[in-house]
Amino acid sequence: MAGMILEGKAWRYGRNVDTDVIIPARYLSLTDAKELGEHCLEDLDPEFINHVEAGDIIVAEENFGSGSSREHAPLALKGCGVSLVIASSFARIFYRNSINVGLPILESPEAVEGIKTGDRLRVDLEEGLIENLTTGNNYRSTPFPSFMREIIAGNGLVEYVKKRLRGNT
Amino acid sequence: MAQTITEKILAFHAERDEVRPGELIDARVDLALANDITAPLALEAFRQMGAKRVFDPAKVVLVPDHFTPSRDIAAAENCVLLRNFAREQELENYSDVGRVGIEHVMIPEEGLALPGEIIVGADSHTCTYGALGAFSTGVGSTDLAMAMALGEVWLRVPESIRLEYTGELRPWVGGKDLILFTIGKIGVDGARYRAIEFRGPAIDDLSMDGRFTMANMAIEAGAKNGIFHVDRKTQAWLEGRSRRDYRIFTSDPDAAYADEIEFDVSDLEPQVAFPHLPSNVRPVSEAGEVELDQAVIGSCTNGRLEDMEIAAKILAGRQVHPRVRTIVIPGTQAILKEMVRRGWMLTFLEAGVAVSTPTCGPCLGGHMGVLARGERAVSTTNRNFVGRMGHTGSEVYLAGPAVAAASAVTGHLTHPAEVMG
Repeated sequence: MAGMILEGKAWRYGRNVDTDVIIPARYLSLTDAKELGEHCLEDLDPEFINHVEAGDIIVAEENFGSGSSREHAPLALKGCGVSLVIASSFARIFYRNSINVGLPILESPEAVEGIKTGDRLRVDLEEGLIENLTTGNNYRSTPFPSFMREIIAGNGLVEYVKKRLRGNT
Repeated sequence: MAQTITEKILAFHAERDEVRPGELIDARVDLALANDITAPLALEAFRQMGAKRVFDPAKVVLVPDHFTPSRDIAAAENCVLLRNFAREQELENYSDVGRVGIEHVMIPEEGLALPGEIIVGADSHTCTYGALGAFSTGVGSTDLAMAMALGEVWLRVPESIRLEYTGELRPWVGGKDLILFTIGKIGVDGARYRAIEFRGPAIDDLSMDGRFTMANMAIEAGAKNGIFHVDRKTQAWLEGRSRRDYRIFTSDPDAAYADEIEFDVSDLEPQVAFPHLPSNVRPVSEAGEVELDQAVIGSCTNGRLEDMEIAAKILAGRQVHPRVRTIVIPGTQAILKEMVRRGWMLTFLEAGVAVSTPTCGPCLGGHMGVLARGERAVSTTNRNFVGRMGHTGSEVYLAGPAVAAASAVTGHLTHPAEVMG
């Protein structure tokens, strides 16, 4: 993710967007990100899936991803083209899962306050810099702890463990 | 340095003398588990990691409990993945339909979760085993794959909050009411990233089944883990069950907490969480007239023997309301057998109740009681999010088994004392 610049339009949601509305349990027999993505957020905002475009950014208030441990939630977001989630705060299992499956996430209550649905955003992931191109305002996010940056830089947890297993044998 | 029980367990498993909140550690895992929903992704990640064997076939458990007995072809095929992996890896504790139970009820019952251990599960309600004085937490499928492959997990040491419960509980008030009341007070993110330590005389008085219920819903306050100290009740419960030696850890009296809250629960009433958040809690006397279509008594939250006993006591010699489809789901085969032995099975059947084989089923809108648009259910499960039990236009009211059974009889949310006199 180092040096990555993302650009897309914002979809703005409220507090406690839970994993049951990110991807309802009725679809949990699916495991493919694209197939899961076809149902992403349909119980919260049925219009979302009809209008989301590759690169779009979810912006939400506190406790995004609360509830279940289903990794299907960050997979569904990735699968429908979401490039990044910015939230005031994240539920902890969702936070881990996003890092592990390579869905970028940023924490910035100030940015969330200053962004509306439809705003165009440009985000420098390495710098943690969020620009609202529609309003011209800039925001900073909390940087990742270095251990997590290592996992992200190494292409997720799968690669990290692969290296460890090779080292052991 | 003075430490909490959570910090001591984490330090022990990281081979350290002490750890501090905020530190990232690699910790040894004593048990890693996944279910029929989360295991398929975990097994895929396990293979992508290049792993050949699980770190210990006695300490990896796959539990087909969510959409089983398989509700459709896709669910059946996911179960095939679990079954084949269990065979190939010679997992020692794999069981299937007819023997399997709901993971968080069965695993402690089988003595596979023990005090002082670190347990990770690809299911958010893995926090249940905190009732036994273990550090136990939910993770995603990829984290679980790492635990299966290496027997390790990376963890950020959480800050702890200490919740102290004083006073004596009134009749019909139990663990579910205590935890719903707590979530109502601190909110669905009130303990986000933190460890909740449940303490105090009301906790000492609580049954093990009640403690499992409380620990189970720590995640509903956003907590990383919920934990209880081991006492004589815990040790008696483990007697004849524990499969391994275990180690008891205790918080130092001067350990540091991010927050300490005391609740006097002597006047606490049975609680109900209204749609669509577990924190949207009211005492049942303030519920107003809420007419119901379904009552569900079961799940990893309240599918234990004590829950079945409370429901049987209320339904004995009574009929459930003609409009309320009432579904009782014991957590394990052992509990179901005990229900038969004690005559509760007949009690339920004569009351007009459908009794199911153990499954998570309706809790997450899987099967065995999915709700239609506009329908309302009282449920002893753990989440009442939009669409959780079925249609997005349906509603779930969370309560303990006493309120659920009493409400099944009257057809609306009801204080158990109203039915029992």
